[in-house]
Amino acid sequence: MRVSRPALLTLAVATALLASACSSSGGSGGTGSSGSAAGTTLTYWASDQGGSIAQDVKVLTPELDAFTKQTGIKVKLEVIGWNDLLNRILAAASSGQGPDLVNIGNTWSASLQATGAFLPISDDVMKQINGTGRFLPGALAATGAPGQPPVGVPIYSMAYGLYYNKAMFQAAGITQPPTTWDDFVADGKKLTKAGQWGVSVEGAQTPENAHHAFTFAKQMGGSFYDSSGKPTFDTPQNVAGIKRYVDFMAADKIANPSDAEYSNGTEAVKDFATGKSAMLLWQSADATLAQYGMNPSQYGVAPVPFDAASPSGPNHVDSIVAGINLSIFANTKHKDAAISFMKFMTSQQTQMDLNKAYSSLPSVSDAYGDPAFQTQTVKTLQSVLANSAAPMPAVATESQFETVIGAVVQNLFADAASGKPVTDASIAAQLDQAQQKLQAGG
Amino acid sequence: MADARTPAAHPSRNWARVRRAGLPYLLLLPAVVFELLVHVVPMLTGIYMSFKHLTEFFIRNWSAAPAAGVDNYRFALDFNNAVGKQLLESFWTTCEFTVLTVGLSWLLGTGAAVLMQDPFRGRGLLRTYFLVPYALPAYTAAITWEFMFQRDTGLVNTLLVHDLHLFKTAPFWLIGGNSFWALLITAVWRTWPFAFLVVTAGLQNIPGDLYEAAALDGAGMWRRLRSITLPQLRSVNQVLVLVLFLWNFNDFNTPYTLFGNVPPPQANLISVQIYDTSFQNWNFGSGSAMSVLLLLFLLVVTAVYLLLTNWRRRSSDA
Repeated sequence: MRVSRPALLTLAVATALLASACSSSGGSGGTGSSGSAAGTTLTYWASDQGGSIAQDVKVLTPELDAFTKQTGIKVKLEVIGWNDLLNRILAAASSGQGPDLVNIGNTWSASLQATGAFLPISDDVMKQINGTGRFLPGALAATGAPGQPPVGVPIYSMAYGLYYNKAMFQAAGITQPPTTWDDFVADGKKLTKAGQWGVSVEGAQTPENAHHAFTFAKQMGGSFYDSSGKPTFDTPQNVAGIKRYVDFMAADKIANPSDAEYSNGTEAVKDFATGKSAMLLWQSADATLAQYGMNPSQYGVAPVPFDAASPSGPNHVDSIVAGINLSIFANTKHKDAAISFMKFMTSQQTQMDLNKAYSSLPSVSDAYGDPAFQTQTVKTLQSVLANSAAPMPAVATESQFETVIGAVVQNLFADAASGKPVTDASIAAQLDQAQQKLQAGG
Repeated sequence: MADARTPAAHPSRNWARVRRAGLPYLLLLPAVVFELLVHVVPMLTGIYMSFKHLTEFFIRNWSAAPAAGVDNYRFALDFNNAVGKQLLESFWTTCEFTVLTVGLSWLLGTGAAVLMQDPFRGRGLLRTYFLVPYALPAYTAAITWEFMFQRDTGLVNTLLVHDLHLFKTAPFWLIGGNSFWALLITAVWRTWPFAFLVVTAGLQNIPGDLYEAAALDGAGMWRRLRSITLPQLRSVNQVLVLVLFLWNFNDFNTPYTLFGNVPPPQANLISVQIYDTSFQNWNFGSGSAMSVLLLLFLLVVTAVYLLLTNWRRRSSDA
């Protein structure tokens, strides 16, 4: 009679295993496209473009309503903050339970492409969304690894610029925004005085740090990957580039040491907007600056300075190709509806409306007719994007690259803030560790 | 089954016995099912993952991930490599952090509980007040501390620098060496009320006549604490210290909320380190391997601790 006890227990275990197996297989449902798209509901994860999630909902809702009116397709919107977005996408990719469409930072394209989570935008899909030949070539370059079909289309384009406070420049007797780093540092020193710093940096924010490390190293002729896609972090050029950036705080003393703590992606902008710093290196900051009460007439926008007066060739880089792409999850059950939403989001009118609201640049050439995109600021950034912006490395480990390099710069800022010297050797050692971590990840 | 082989002469009696013997298991079944679903299955999944090369290329289809053998373990324990070295460093940081947090939480909790033992006006109110940190959600508590520890606008520096003039320049709390202390303060603040609660409950079980007898014999407060309170609390403390240890060693919420995804090296706890490996480097295989190693370590510590404390209790009771 005793034998029946283990038997019952076995039964219990088997039942439990069966139950769990059933629940976990629910995600891999059919992915066929639906016949008629009208009446379906799409789930859309938007990124935070407006400085706050409430602001994004306010901007996007009328557009989504217009889409529903046009097509009969409803859209369930969720705006996700930058700190969570990548993790949410990863979780959605691994569980198969996700939205139909999602905004991604365009620098993640190659990494997310490698997961296979997104629908490849074939020529056929491109035709369906009316997109062939309309997108800016630079923006389209940041939608995946070269030679593979892109995994999204650009919807908002951005570039880094040097934002400067006109009144502070005038008070310090500076007539022209600096075009070389030597001038930038000299001006920064003139602008640094009690309660005011030359420049503010977001020293503990991973993507910001990684973008600057990339651009600054590029200007020195550095590169974080060789042509075969192998990481080459610890090169003298990369060290020199990162040192120039961290030296704003460490050696030149034109950035507030407190900036080493800034991590949420708004604090440096807020300092600039509230007159605590005179300069800011940022991408498409107008909307956020306005939110903090700064009037566009109070500041000017110039290209980010270069190493020498007039660089040429591959060192002629002063921004990443920044921007947001819209991607369709491969698991979507509403492929046709998702494609028509993509078509709507890249249409001329929507591009004008949304990029105006977010102070970003349209990613399609036919939207630039609107007078809102004829301002000096837009023209400056547009020229940067067209002439001197480079896409972040299009390798599968790009998102890890941002993480480890962002952490390197963050640690160096922390050293600088607490008075520890930042030397070529200390930067090289950190880069070396970062590269080991990256290689271990693959 | 054995039932099939028993003679068929008394089938009904056998069936009755099966039913009688089986009923408790049937009643246990829901609990067993949920235990399996909540604990055992995820744990087994984690162990399975730790033997796979589970990177971003395979997260959509885990079963396609190539087998890794013990590669992930070898990689986590290779202390010449940057990742292994960092794991080891964060292990030591975590040990230091846990010992200090458990020690301070226990000390504060026990001290407060003993002081609250004798009735006085407002005791109930004070007891409730002490439990507030424990009742607050972890995120709310840690984010409040994060605001307080900020260099320019934080309450801590306002007090230390502007009001008390203890420092000439404002110190950093969220980066550099001080970050360890910031983490420790937050963690102790969060966990000591639990120690307080458990010890308070334990104190209720100590018979009052022991104290009366001791007082008659002229034992002072200190002597009563050492000779009655602490020995009587031993079994409570045994569990309390173990639970505090396990919680703090595994704590993820506090460091992650205070420092974000890139903690300063001086305050890099092992749970965040494992999270980084899994979710930032997208290597779920080695992240799982690290988790399994952590689990084994905690199992060993728990087993040794229980053996030691039980043995000591038995030998002192005997």
